[in-house]
Amino acid sequence: MSVASSARRPSPVLSGLRSVVTAREFGIFLALALVIVAATVRNPSFVFSNDGSRDLLLTPAILVLLAIGQAIVIITRNVDLSVGSILGLSAYLVGSIFVAAPGLPYPLAILAGVLLGALLGLVNGALIAIAKVPALVITLGTLYAFRGINVLWAGGDRINAGDMPDDFLALGTARLLGVPYLSLLALAVLVAAGWYLRNLRSGRELYAIGSDPAAANLYGLPVTRRVFAAFVVSGALAGLAGVLYAARYGTVSSQAGSGFELNAVAAAVIGGVAIFGGSGTVWGAAIGAVLLLTINRALPILGVPAFWQRAVVGGLIIGAIILDRVLAVRQSRRLLAEREGGS
Amino acid sequence: MFPRSTHSRGRAVGIAAVALTVALTAAGCANGGGGGPSGTGGGDDSGSDANLSIAFLPKNLGNPYFETSNAGGERAIEEFGGEYQEVGPTEASPDAQVSFINTLTQQQVGGIVISANDPNAVCDALNEARELDIKVVTFDSDTDSECRDLFINQADAEGIAKVQVDLITEQIGDSGQIAILSASANATNQNAWIELMQEELEANHPDVELVEVAYGDDDDQKSFDQTAALLQTYPELKGIISPTTVGIAAAARYLSTSEFKGKVALTGLGTPNQMREYVEDGTVTSFALWNPEDLGYLAAYAAKALIEGEISGEEGESFEAGDLGEYEVGANATVLLGDPFVFDAENIGEFDF
Repeated sequence: MSVASSARRPSPVLSGLRSVVTAREFGIFLALALVIVAATVRNPSFVFSNDGSRDLLLTPAILVLLAIGQAIVIITRNVDLSVGSILGLSAYLVGSIFVAAPGLPYPLAILAGVLLGALLGLVNGALIAIAKVPALVITLGTLYAFRGINVLWAGGDRINAGDMPDDFLALGTARLLGVPYLSLLALAVLVAAGWYLRNLRSGRELYAIGSDPAAANLYGLPVTRRVFAAFVVSGALAGLAGVLYAARYGTVSSQAGSGFELNAVAAAVIGGVAIFGGSGTVWGAAIGAVLLLTINRALPILGVPAFWQRAVVGGLIIGAIILDRVLAVRQSRRLLAEREGGS
Repeated sequence: MFPRSTHSRGRAVGIAAVALTVALTAAGCANGGGGGPSGTGGGDDSGSDANLSIAFLPKNLGNPYFETSNAGGERAIEEFGGEYQEVGPTEASPDAQVSFINTLTQQQVGGIVISANDPNAVCDALNEARELDIKVVTFDSDTDSECRDLFINQADAEGIAKVQVDLITEQIGDSGQIAILSASANATNQNAWIELMQEELEANHPDVELVEVAYGDDDDQKSFDQTAALLQTYPELKGIISPTTVGIAAAARYLSTSEFKGKVALTGLGTPNQMREYVEDGTVTSFALWNPEDLGYLAAYAAKALIEGEISGEEGESFEAGDLGEYEVGANATVLLGDPFVFDAENIGEFDF
């Protein structure tokens, strides 16, 4: 057995390389590299300047967090459309806390933002678990409801940079060895989520649930509980993203983060997370998020008018879905062929 | 109120529309029955020659912008010995002001100074007040011209365009590349101003080149990222004009943490509270907007002049407005406050809106 398998696999290094290259995420990564190289050739300051290198890493950090949460939810064959509104509420809460209690240490405000996000995620999860209505419908409802609360709360007011403490705002741009804190934070969350989904039993169960919820239920997996937890995690990450939004942009109005939910779904889909659940990784979703925002920043430098940027993003999404479909058909054909050959 | 476009905020507008519809329906029911004054009214003031009781009716209460403008109005009214009061709805919905106008009419005030939430919704109520010889002055946001005696215009397009060009050319030494960070591509106000700015640049500043008009859609994040793109795309860029309050704050935020801080000038239209941080840290030297306090002050004096019969709203008439000097009524019963006010490190501490 071991002899046979080692004979089939001549070199572990080569096979490791091969599995990287054939991974679904590699194509997106290649596209990202291409965009960066093209923009840098056109204008070296895209990478080789203080602002350039910082923004390259910093700009996607917020969307990466949302995309991680979204990927976890989509893997369970659900979707969370309320993340943009959760982000907005959390950002406004953090700003309001600083207005009400200027001397408060900022880690407490960060904690409050994350807890609010988790709480709103809990509302989503509970509605979906209790009402047994598709997540698409519930979170579409909470998208409007949460935003409505935000508009009611904030009205025409906004939180200005002057309302927030300097050390908190500095978080938005400060760097450790050239890497912005926000990017490090997003990376830490990414590694943790990636490890969890790959190695832990409950993480694998999320994939099983997304592949076939009915079968997962029959098999005795705690489907409701896992889906519920996925929404709480997605909400908490959106809450964290809201805190980062406040620190990075320094201005929070009642419209903060509106439209982000679609970016998060797009990032996950472009990154190879199947929209019907059961496959994909948070790594792919994160690369998708970086690609989306980097394209947005690169197109003006490449001389593509701003009006075309959305069209390019649309093309990417359709391309990713077609690729997904082609790969799925090919794989099912191969599996079929293997079964025929085996019997 | 502020120069920020309302386009392209689709979803929020949708939500607001739903909320508004609900509010409207409710308010409509409440108002339906008892509209208008009861007819008999007071008319006891016949003894004195002029009823200088003037009421300020802002779009909504608790709004720092109107608190500033109404403070100006209060100061003016104290100066000429009138009676000041402020009433208003808590939310700026189209017909929320109607019941307040009706109450003021019943109280027989001498004048109403209003910033209209809707050009038409308040018309009937205002005209009923005017039938009882109450003078109506609009400021900040006008109604249809048939429903008021005078409109105090905070700024005209030429003045707004010119002050921004003046500020930027002064700050960059009248030569080099500049860019404009606007609201959305179809924002009417901004486009008119940008056109006038281009004319002004061509006519009087031949060494200044406008390299791009970028659109931040009045979205904090998009304006922020567009600023980054402008700075990266044009390494020779010397200045940015952002004629929208959202855009200038976002651009200032990016600049303040960028290597271009202090090297690329930024100006435009902003509010002191949004810009305070960036003026104090040296990112922004100066920016413009009208002074709402002067606006309220002028509106109060205009109401006084109308009440005392000094003016009637005809073009060419003039009146005295305390510290601000003499003003002339322009076409369409409109009085122009004057050139926009320039805020800088010296004076920004005096404002809170």
